Amino acid sequence: MSSSSDLWVLDVWKGYRPDEPVLRGVNLSVPAGSLSAVLGLSGCGKTTLLRAIAGFERTQRGRIALGTRTLDDGHICVAPERRGIGYVPQEGALFPNLTVQANIAFGLSRAERRGKIVDELLELVGLARLARRFPHQLSGGEQQRVALARALARRPEVILLDEPFSSLDASLRTAVREEVSALLRRQGATTVLVTHDQEEALSLADSVAVLRDGVIVQQGTPAELYTRPADERLAGFLGSLNLLEANFEDEWAHTVLGRLRLHPDPNRAPNLKRGVVIVRPEQLRVSPGEEPADGLPGTVEQCSYYGHDALLHIRPKEGHGEDTLIARVRGEKALPAGTAVLLTARGSVSAVG
Amino acid sequence: MSTLAPPKPGARRGLLRALSQRRRPPLVTTFGAAIAAALVLLPLVFLVIEAQQSGWGVVSRILFRHETAMLLWNTFRLVVACTALCAVIGVAAAWCVERTSIPARRVWAVLLVLPLGVPDFVVGFGWVSLEPSLQGYLAAVLIMTLSLYPLVYLPAVAGLAGVDPALEEVARSLGLGPWKVFWRVTLRQMLPAVLGGCLLVTLGLLAEYGAFEIVQYQTFTVAIFTEFKLGFDTAAACALSLVLVLLGVAVLAGEFNLVGHGRSSRSGPGARRPPARVRLGRFTLPALFALFALCALGVGVPIGSLIYWLIRGGSSTLPSASILTDTAHTALFSAAAATLATLLAIPVCAAAMRHRNRLTILIERLALLPQALPGLVVALGLVSFSVRYALPLYEGALELIVAYAILFLPLAVVGVRAGLANAPVYLEEVGRSLGRRPTSIWLRVTLPLIAPGLGVAFCLVFISSCTELTATLLLRPTGVNTLASQFWAYTSDFSYGAAAPYAGLMVLISAVPAYLLTRRMSTLALMRRR
Repeated sequence: MSSSSDLWVLDVWKGYRPDEPVLRGVNLSVPAGSLSAVLGLSGCGKTTLLRAIAGFERTQRGRIALGTRTLDDGHICVAPERRGIGYVPQEGALFPNLTVQANIAFGLSRAERRGKIVDELLELVGLARLARRFPHQLSGGEQQRVALARALARRPEVILLDEPFSSLDASLRTAVREEVSALLRRQGATTVLVTHDQEEALSLADSVAVLRDGVIVQQGTPAELYTRPADERLAGFLGSLNLLEANFEDEWAHTVLGRLRLHPDPNRAPNLKRGVVIVRPEQLRVSPGEEPADGLPGTVEQCSYYGHDALLHIRPKEGHGEDTLIARVRGEKALPAGTAVLLTARGSVSAVG
Repeated sequence: MSTLAPPKPGARRGLLRALSQRRRPPLVTTFGAAIAAALVLLPLVFLVIEAQQSGWGVVSRILFRHETAMLLWNTFRLVVACTALCAVIGVAAAWCVERTSIPARRVWAVLLVLPLGVPDFVVGFGWVSLEPSLQGYLAAVLIMTLSLYPLVYLPAVAGLAGVDPALEEVARSLGLGPWKVFWRVTLRQMLPAVLGGCLLVTLGLLAEYGAFEIVQYQTFTVAIFTEFKLGFDTAAACALSLVLVLLGVAVLAGEFNLVGHGRSSRSGPGARRPPARVRLGRFTLPALFALFALCALGVGVPIGSLIYWLIRGGSSTLPSASILTDTAHTALFSAAAATLATLLAIPVCAAAMRHRNRLTILIERLALLPQALPGLVVALGLVSFSVRYALPLYEGALELIVAYAILFLPLAVVGVRAGLANAPVYLEEVGRSLGRRPTSIWLRVTLPLIAPGLGVAFCLVFISSCTELTATLLLRPTGVNTLASQFWAYTSDFSYGAAAPYAGLMVLISAVPAYLLTRRMSTLALMRRR
């Protein structure tokens, strides 16, 4: 891999119609050698952002730079073929008239094509025996790996992946996903992965940036995002949750579940007395029975069993809050509806809104 | 290791490139599309100019005389009868072949399309040379129905293939009998395709000249030709042409509206099963007989008549040696026109598909407009243009080639569109992200992918140009004959034996590309069905 540089996206604006910008000042930094995910619902502008980085769209304002090299600042706009940025679109987009080998060699010079690069890449993605096949003779996962090898062939500084796994079957997706991310890490490639799948973003990326309505609402490590989301919507997008009303006192929140420690957050107003905290389902501990007395008494209303774990919907006993709470328990601890339980919470929580 | 160029701050090349980048079609595309649009408009503009020069008083006198009303009535009753018959025959034949247990389906599928390969005026020749009393309205209806029904049959087949069998099964489970299902579900679903076919039939009827001349049935085209060639009355010819253009444009507008309403409501990725075929049982024989009769009348009579005259004529009048030169001219002009039309269609389609906006859509529609323009009308417009502004072009080979290219541009657009659909723009983007320049990507990826579509476009235009009659009669260079013009000269003299070899060669010459085309089409159809 070539010495990679950081990728910077600074206050980038882009729209197709004058008064409807798709990107409204996007800021994103991708450190060299890291895998960053851009997570967002469809229509939030994530593909536009990726295409602007690749050079297929011009930005209207702002700056995109690779290390010290400006790629696009509204005046200068480096052509896609001169950026040194590899692009893997949805469904691979292999050239249907070329073999696997010719696809991978597409961007190489004549001399490079004669060398070992193509063979090495075929070896790397484990498709050496399919070199002479045509794209339509490959499975979805194989096509995806060829598309990746093709993008890697020119040793680009950055690789862009546009929802690369969404067209794969669920059974295949996890395996291809892990393979690809392991491969990219071995290569030390700087990677931007665009996805709408929060599980994919959290499990693969070093850093996740959440794009909503054309702006990045939060960028951080997967753990930061999950435990300390910027707002309630984002929290809900990243996984199921319970929202509890709370009275704040120093670093503590008083809720129906008792006293819970708050994550340190420098942005929280110190004089805030009341608010809402997020408690993830896996933070709830469920014990059958009505004793001991410290804990929230309730009844299992519904149980969704997934094998490895189960989600319990628990209705608190009268006088202990209104809303149903969701708790995640290990599969073998699943309880039938109607069971009386006691709920306690563990770990720290964060306040929102 | 690094293969990348070091950063060049403020590179000027980047700026220039940026200005021409994205969202705006490349210069070649814009330029080519503009030329195509201008060529289509040229004959129309000159028709208007010509009519204006003779003064609107003269024009309105021509338009409101009794004969014009008669022409309108003739055209109207012909269109109604032929279109209705073609619709019934086309849908019934398509259903028989695609949805029943009829034996030898593949043979019928080929035979039923064959009339498209025989020019209408040759069909007219076939019937009238055998039975000279065939004249007037009924003869015109018979001949045109037998020549044009495939224009409904083909879209009906495609429409039937597009009907989701699950819809029919659901309708059955909701208590509808097979006939009601056909009427309320199947036919409803294929209706846009069938109506589109009917409009093509109407346009064909509006444009036809040769067959009507042979059966002595007066329509607009026949009257225009007579005014221009025999009466030397350009004003009258142009005035009547404008009426014809208006009729055609009205029909075409109907077709554009239909295309917009094609809907498919299948949700979910579930694979579609092939439909169950209706067992004909004791209706097998009558159905076979009906298809046989249709093919015998539509293909058997004209081809049989040709063969009859070839054998009979062969003994008395040997074809002159000039038949070889005429064949060469036909092939040459048609090939040149096919190349030109295909080249013009590429920028039109590329602009409309990849840079969709009001202007590019308008240009694409302009390129499809010649469907509504009879060859006669385009030829008249070009004559007017060259006589006024480009005399050296008048009656030159180039003018004839351009006329063919304009006339059959819509066919080229159809082929090129299908080709471009195989080369989505993201492939070119990936190519650029791999460091290739746009031209090199075009040659290595786009061109190979659209080549089959270009082939289809070329073949379609070639076949149509080979058998074009009216523009050829008006525009062919002095002293140069094509197969069609020579055939027409002999037929007008009632020298059927001498005419037959020319028609035979015409059919043969267009048979090769037609064969290539059907193979290509069936592969396309197969791919779609899969």
